[in-house]
Amino acid sequence: MASRIDQDQVKHVAGLAKLELKDNQVDYFTKQLDDIIGLFETLDEVKTDNIEPTSSVSDQLNVMREDVADNWGQRGALLANAPESENGYIKVPAIIDESEDE
Amino acid sequence: MNFETTIGLEVHVELKTNSKIFSPSPVEFGDDPNANTNVIDWGYPGVLPTTNKGVVESGIKAALALHAKVEQQTHFDRKNYFYPDNPKAYQISQSDKPLAHDGWIEVDVDGTKKKIGIAEMHIEEDAGKNTHERDYSYVDLNRQGTPLIEIVSKPEIASPDEAYAYLEALRQRIQFTGISDVKMEEGSMRVDVNISVRPVGQTEFGTKTELKNLNSFNYVRKGLAFEEQRQQRVLMSGGEIQQETRRYDEASGQTILMRVKEGSDDYRYFPEPDLPALQISDDWINDINASMPEMPGKRRDRYVNELGITDYDAMVLTQTKEMSDFFDETVALGADPKMAANYLQGDVNAFLNDKQVDLQDTDLTPANLAGMINLINDGTISTKMAKKVFKAITEGQEPKAFVEEKGLVQLSDPAQLQPIIDGVLADNQQSVEDFNNGKDRAVGFLVGQIMKQTHGKANPKVVNQLLMASLKK
Repeated sequence: MASRIDQDQVKHVAGLAKLELKDNQVDYFTKQLDDIIGLFETLDEVKTDNIEPTSSVSDQLNVMREDVADNWGQRGALLANAPESENGYIKVPAIIDESEDE
Repeated sequence: MNFETTIGLEVHVELKTNSKIFSPSPVEFGDDPNANTNVIDWGYPGVLPTTNKGVVESGIKAALALHAKVEQQTHFDRKNYFYPDNPKAYQISQSDKPLAHDGWIEVDVDGTKKKIGIAEMHIEEDAGKNTHERDYSYVDLNRQGTPLIEIVSKPEIASPDEAYAYLEALRQRIQFTGISDVKMEEGSMRVDVNISVRPVGQTEFGTKTELKNLNSFNYVRKGLAFEEQRQQRVLMSGGEIQQETRRYDEASGQTILMRVKEGSDDYRYFPEPDLPALQISDDWINDINASMPEMPGKRRDRYVNELGITDYDAMVLTQTKEMSDFFDETVALGADPKMAANYLQGDVNAFLNDKQVDLQDTDLTPANLAGMINLINDGTISTKMAKKVFKAITEGQEPKAFVEEKGLVQLSDPAQLQPIIDGVLADNQQSVEDFNNGKDRAVGFLVGQIMKQTHGKANPKVVNQLLMASLKK
């Protein structure tokens, strides 16, 4: 039985990822995700009291470039790779989104 | 029932760096669509962003200008959402450790000063731009990756007028650092507002609404004033405020419901794995601090207390750093401060408005303005002649050379003026008689005649002195 994540949460996450799930898939992925979360819970065995949360596993720090502009001239190639383009714009199906006003 | 209002403002400021925040593509406006884009801006698989040092530096400048504490151990986070102007399906922003926090700026509302807190400020990338038509939308990614600073106020703004004053103070301070043009009309400054009201004495905040489409400081003030009244009316009639987003309608001055918010947005932030964390040293902060210009508030105090300029004039002169610097240099070159202030606010501003240009893009120089003012002050030219000289200095001409070349020199020498005055008096005996009979108006007529004879070059002050002396003989 799913205990770490429920079907509503799976539907919500699928919605955020723009995935459409059939009812039987909801059941299937709920069990799978539950197992995955269970696997991650193994990490809880590590004691992390008084340890700062890690934001990166890389030991690199302050990798920055100087503020110098360089146009790589890739416009034509990029637009050629777009499914559709027109007058230099990427052409996409009309965007109708209730969450944006422009 | 008495209410108190709580307003929070989120301001996005677009930085005028040379290149984008995570790719070297140029930051330029008005170019052909997608001309300033590369594989990084398009979010191609396998590409890696690199942080632009200039953006971090600009962020530190903004933090210092807003009295905020720089977070010296900081990193970027991913904010996930789908939209066609956002090719990676996430925005690289900061959530966990914003670049700076706990700042404040002082605002002045009708002479009352108040400090308004800044909760946090962070650096992030802008998205592209969409144009919508019936069946298709068109995406231009030139703006994708343009660096932004988002500045989030604490909910300490208590009125629409305070919100206006906060935005103006914020705009000025950022403008003085030189990191952004901060022009709302050009989109380099954008404002999102939240407002709630609650009965006086209630401890918890009321339910807030969010306002959109506020395209000038004035619309922010008007939109907030409308919304404040609307919320109060709803509460007084026993209703409840819904958490919703409303759109300000410029034509009617009202806010109109766009959508009701259900729950909070789910952006699933997590630390950006493609960018190493940042460790900002004390030395770096100190170096930037040493390079910061004098801020507008300090300049206003100096203008009023040391130069004898009025509060209002000082406010106008500190609208932009360029104007304020220009004023300082003009005064340093010996110009009378009040005259310099008057010319900058009057003729110079009129000229800039007429030509629709910024001061730094003109041929005007502090040296030439100071030169002209000094010529007026030492009596070489009259203020009337100065109109011609002003036009010349807007074209980059040196005022003294121009005055000499055009023969604009004012006639101030009594030895030259006296014979002219004597002649005019001899020709206008009737006026002299009128004057002796107590008709002061006759003086004006006589001065006019003298001016006519000298083609307007006579120094009016000297003419008046000599004329009165001659009449009283």
